[in-house]
Amino acid sequence: MNKSVYASPDQVSETKRHILTVLVDNEPGVLARVIGMFSGRGYNIDSLNVAEVSNDENISRITIVTHGTSEVVSQIEKQLLRIVPVHSVTNLDQEGSSVEAEVALVYIYISETNKKKVYQLCDLYRARKIENENNTTIFEIAGASERVNRFIKEINEITKVEIVRSGPVAISSIKKNEEK
Amino acid sequence: MNNEITGAEIVLKSLAEQGVEVVFGYPGGAVLPIYDTLFKQNSIKHVLVRQEGGAIHAAEGYARSTGKTGVLLVTSGPGATNVVTGLTDAMMDSVPIVCITGQVPQHLIGSDAFQECDTTGITRPCTKHNYLVKDVNKLSSVFHEAFTIAQNGRPGPVLIDIPKDVQFASGTYEEKNKIIIPSHRLFEPSPDFEKNKIEEAVELISKAKKPIFYIGGGCINSGPKASKLVRQFINMVGSPVTMTLMGLGVVGSSDKNSLGMLGMHGMYEANMAMHECDVMINIGARFDDRVTGRLDAFSPNSKKIHIDIDESNINKTINVDVPIIGDVKQVVEKMISVWKDKKYKIDTDSLKLWWDKINKWKEVDCLNYNNEGKQIKPQYAVQRLYELTKNTKTFITTEVGQHQMWAAQFYKFEEPNRWLTSGGLGTMGYGFPAAIGAQVGHPDALVVDIAGDASILMNIQEMSTAVQYRLPVKIFILNNEYMGMVRQWQELLHGGRYSESYTDSLPDFVKLAESYKAVGLRAKTTDELDDVITEMIKTKNTVIADIWVTKEENCFPMIQSGSAHNEMMLSKDQKQDKKSAEKGKILV
Repeated sequence: MNKSVYASPDQVSETKRHILTVLVDNEPGVLARVIGMFSGRGYNIDSLNVAEVSNDENISRITIVTHGTSEVVSQIEKQLLRIVPVHSVTNLDQEGSSVEAEVALVYIYISETNKKKVYQLCDLYRARKIENENNTTIFEIAGASERVNRFIKEINEITKVEIVRSGPVAISSIKKNEEK
Repeated sequence: MNNEITGAEIVLKSLAEQGVEVVFGYPGGAVLPIYDTLFKQNSIKHVLVRQEGGAIHAAEGYARSTGKTGVLLVTSGPGATNVVTGLTDAMMDSVPIVCITGQVPQHLIGSDAFQECDTTGITRPCTKHNYLVKDVNKLSSVFHEAFTIAQNGRPGPVLIDIPKDVQFASGTYEEKNKIIIPSHRLFEPSPDFEKNKIEEAVELISKAKKPIFYIGGGCINSGPKASKLVRQFINMVGSPVTMTLMGLGVVGSSDKNSLGMLGMHGMYEANMAMHECDVMINIGARFDDRVTGRLDAFSPNSKKIHIDIDESNINKTINVDVPIIGDVKQVVEKMISVWKDKKYKIDTDSLKLWWDKINKWKEVDCLNYNNEGKQIKPQYAVQRLYELTKNTKTFITTEVGQHQMWAAQFYKFEEPNRWLTSGGLGTMGYGFPAAIGAQVGHPDALVVDIAGDASILMNIQEMSTAVQYRLPVKIFILNNEYMGMVRQWQELLHGGRYSESYTDSLPDFVKLAESYKAVGLRAKTTDELDDVITEMIKTKNTVIADIWVTKEENCFPMIQSGSAHNEMMLSKDQKQDKKSAEKGKILV
């Protein structure tokens, strides 16, 4: 059950986070079609990631994190499939197992007093310092979103930071017919 | 290099190869090269409308009455924005349309140039697909793909935006059969794919005690053969059948199995049967809110089979037990052969009891209205129109409102593709241009737009089009000087406060017709009605028949918003209980 001008008779399942992988033709406007479907039909996008993944076939992979009941998410999948340049939609939560990761870049305001604590924490989380021409303290941390969340929370307690995050990307970890 | 032609020539050549006979359109700066090419050829006819909104509804009327794809050609900027309503209408009602728009030359895109707008951006949510063609060499393949997409699967509108420099540029033309469209861009259903589901569905039908077929516009989109097969299957089962507004004509109104239309203003017996059935067979309908009423009380005890070509319609608002994705004619053909192979036969005793029950509901005579006095009742006007046109090949279009519902209730359709109305979007102003399109597609047929006095004014400028092309379209206005449906809702839900729903200063429709060099007729009383209708049919010219009807007549029966199928209101005296009326008021 999804949406109607009349209230749904029964909410069948609970709201959950879902990661959708959408393969699309890399043509102008395709991202607008995908996100326009979400906003137009009142669905949520928690994060969005898009990049070309194959040069020869001209295909892009869009990773969308959304949340909703399984009925809503199934409707999202079907609506995505109606979009002409969409090849396939995979709900990684239904696939079974998948691996997800994201990257954050963190500009850390550093001083003599907090320096030691900052480096200790970065060491603990295996955040890597990125060398740059201005010699500022920019760290890169990659991994599951929860780990990045924890790092950001703890570093925030030590000093002021500026953060950019990629949002998660994910891939199915189910064994396919691998080449021998 | 010799076989290079201009972009504008490629446009015309693509249309010709696609078998397009007529284009509805309006010229402007950004499409002048295409209009210049149009001028130099004879194979494609152009119909000049008076506003782009008229062009797209005409293309819709042409498409829905002929089963072909409707084509229109408009300029950039306002030309494109004027067709947005029609594109949305075609999207909602699944009408195959190819809309060609001009665009400013590429080097001006993004500069806020004169008559520039982001056409593909604006129309993205209201088209099945759209293109901005930047390379003249891709133009022909885009056209061929666009026509395929417009017709494929669930049909819909496709828009092609062509910058002016691309229309002037030279490039090569590729023929239709040289274009390979990747399979993911199309939907090719196969009945074999759903074989098990089809068998499961047919078995379920064979065991039904109280079956009902619920037929929608998908059956019409699937072609005339689909309607034949649907009728055949229903006859084999012996089941009652009801149709949505979009599905009228799939099963003939006089068919013994037909219960007529269901839904908000549908037949009492159809809605009651939907409520009490044990197996519902939805073919090409989408559980629209005008049909279902309150969802938690929608057909509570039935197993539901849903045949739809668009998977996103499955379990969208109503959960179904047996979903079948596919084209109606293929699926129903398969169902018939399964029924025959397995020698299924429905239990005739239960079926008889079911029909007895339905016949009891029919005795309520839900369309009954008080027809006393000399004043013309709108229902009576439609009944007379039907009686006097039933032996002629007639296409009926409508605008949106009370007159539309009375037309659906009182005009009897025996064939598909004869009834053209804006169902999903509910576009006032649809009917007249759609009638023009239908008349262009069927020059010898009688085409009548049953209109309201408010709706007709939304595209009245097309009178000029109709007269220019000598299209003998008949406009049959049920004139009550109100936006009747708005007034009805205000009466029922807003304490009779008729806020802005009375139309003061209506034109004199007879003189209006005459000013366009058309014919104007008027009936003020029941005595004049038949003569006016007969005169209207006889006249070989565009006609406006201004029928003065009872002003405050309501359209019944009615399921008020927030109510269920078994809570129909048969007359004004039977008020909805206050609590559900309050709840219903916030709905549309």
